[in-house]
Amino acid sequence: MAGKTLFDKVWDVHVISDLGNDYALLHVDRNLLHDLSGVSGLKLLAERKLSVRNPEMNFAVPDHAVSTAPGRTEETLPISAKLIPQLREGTSRHGIRLFDINDPEQGIVHVIGPELGITMPGIILTCGDSHTSTHGGLGALAFGIGSTEVVHVLATQSIVQKRPKRMRVMFDGTLPLGVTPKDMILHLIATLGTAGGDGHAVEYAGSAIRSMPIEGRLTICNMSIEMGAKVGMVSPDDVAYEFLAGRPYAPKGEMWDLALAHWQSLPTDNDARFDREVSIDVSRIEPQITWGTSPEHTIPVSGAVPAPSAASDSSQRLAWERARDYMGLQPNQPLDGLKIDHVFIGSCTNGRLSDLRAAAKVIAGRKVSDSVTAWVVPGSQQVMRDARAEGLDKVFASAGFEWREPGCSTCVAANGEIVRPGQRAISTTNRNFVGRQGPRARTHLASPEMAVAAAIAGCITDVRKMTGNIADMGQMTGNSIAPDETGGVSK
Amino acid sequence: MTLKPFTSVSGTAAPLMAQNVDTDIIVRIERLSQFERDQLEPYAFESWRYREDGSDNPDFILNQDQYRGAPILLAGNNFGCGSSREGAVWSLKCIGIVCVIAPSFGGIFYNNCFQNGILPVQLPIEVIELFAEIAHAQPDAPFTVDLERNQVIPPNGAPVPFELDELRRQGLLQGLDDIQLTLQRTAEISAFQKADITRRPWIYNR
Repeated sequence: MAGKTLFDKVWDVHVISDLGNDYALLHVDRNLLHDLSGVSGLKLLAERKLSVRNPEMNFAVPDHAVSTAPGRTEETLPISAKLIPQLREGTSRHGIRLFDINDPEQGIVHVIGPELGITMPGIILTCGDSHTSTHGGLGALAFGIGSTEVVHVLATQSIVQKRPKRMRVMFDGTLPLGVTPKDMILHLIATLGTAGGDGHAVEYAGSAIRSMPIEGRLTICNMSIEMGAKVGMVSPDDVAYEFLAGRPYAPKGEMWDLALAHWQSLPTDNDARFDREVSIDVSRIEPQITWGTSPEHTIPVSGAVPAPSAASDSSQRLAWERARDYMGLQPNQPLDGLKIDHVFIGSCTNGRLSDLRAAAKVIAGRKVSDSVTAWVVPGSQQVMRDARAEGLDKVFASAGFEWREPGCSTCVAANGEIVRPGQRAISTTNRNFVGRQGPRARTHLASPEMAVAAAIAGCITDVRKMTGNIADMGQMTGNSIAPDETGGVSK
Repeated sequence: MTLKPFTSVSGTAAPLMAQNVDTDIIVRIERLSQFERDQLEPYAFESWRYREDGSDNPDFILNQDQYRGAPILLAGNNFGCGSSREGAVWSLKCIGIVCVIAPSFGGIFYNNCFQNGILPVQLPIEVIELFAEIAHAQPDAPFTVDLERNQVIPPNGAPVPFELDELRRQGLLQGLDDIQLTLQRTAEISAFQKADITRRPWIYNR
């Protein structure tokens, strides 16, 4: 009998009822609520006069609608003044643990889950947020759900899902200096397209994943949804167990030993089969940047806006034309040297301590360009404390960055912290959709290092030119799909 | 919450033939904290629907008289990709759309449709492009989407069959969302947890 994948092992443990035709009712081990979909879910729960089945398996935190201005309170913004009391009232009524706006545990829901040890290998974790795939970096089967599904989880501690197909992405090789996990996932999305992972649960594997710390794995799993995959995960290993040991909500003592034995049984078996296999040589990846209004509109920083003739069909040609119009760009225009107005460093994609450390390292005494507004928004209170303890806040502030408080902020602009209309931003976030960071805002997605380099130069630039890490450019390739990259499609 | 059972719909099909229409485009996130789910009519597709001065953008298909209020939307690949916001489905419902026909859908959006009595139909792009041509040529001629027979009937054309998982189909036909169906399985959930607590005690102990 063929071996099993991580995904299948985790799925099978959670099946309450087989509903036929690949559908199952699955147990949800942990559910996270935030101040938008959590509030909406609690409200719908009340309308339907339902109660919470297992309050102890649910956690809540405000992140989307909170101000990130220094010294913020819930009163700083009308939206948080409205939503936070609703979150507080709903969670307290049902006995759900809330990490309140200025509590030491507060932060972006996908940053605090792993940080507090709420996220564990082998659990099913849900949240009313598409970037819930992040938690797969620790080996959890984690996915975003809608508000009605949030009510479903609250009321029944379970969820109805269709079993997806399995895809494995092998990232092998050594990542060049100045190239990051963010560049790996952007490159993959460019290669497969925003619908490339539709209907699949993706496992990331290979030597470049094995040698990567947990925070990088979280970044990669975070953007799985940007290629259409609700689930992205990494087989757990010692790196994951060491990361979790001693975290406040991780198992302790005898429970830890039992959990660890289970976790060690989860990694994908050597002879397991996937429906689709993709392999990427990471040593050939350059720093990536998006030019358009979909995460698949990604090119190497040395590249140019694609010409209409490169489109695969009329529908893509039209999408590119609309994207160029929105972004104010021309076909064949290089992005290197393009002037920017705004820099945002933060989010559930790139708002962790390792991101801030890497970003700060690029500064090296340089200053933010006069024409640029640059923000750093730590992903959580813990990240903020740790960064301060290392003096990173001062490094950013003295370079001219605004050091702010934890929240989602301009990634989704739900709190009104926008990029102004027509302005061009380089952002370490996950979506460059039309209007995502504010009406008519023009977003270019990139790594924290690339964002700092752009803040200093006042324009998009290859961070390696600034730090002297430029590799042998002759070996670099573009993002076009090579014939050997998508073999193994079976089933 | 009882949903209206979905059996079939007949009416105008609006051809919004863009690919990767994301949920941020369908409804901006701040509208979902400002308004209730039945108040989203003015905010569906707002960045496409209005010009900078706030007036209607005449180029946007749903602003054209013949397509305004159309119950069926024809769309490109990966419709509803992006965020999990159920408000995307609520705002479509607010402008009267009850069926979206596309080659593929964002996974979370797709599930959200069934929680709200909206039918997402998957058909090949070539078929949808043909439908779009018909919808452009004869906007007044109604399309019918028949869920009892699993087919789309274009004006003056032969029925085109589509596939839908039976679980989802029955939910729509009976007007039941997942919550109502799962609440009937409370005993199974209890039995699962009782067995699971001995297998995985750390999940229950914190």
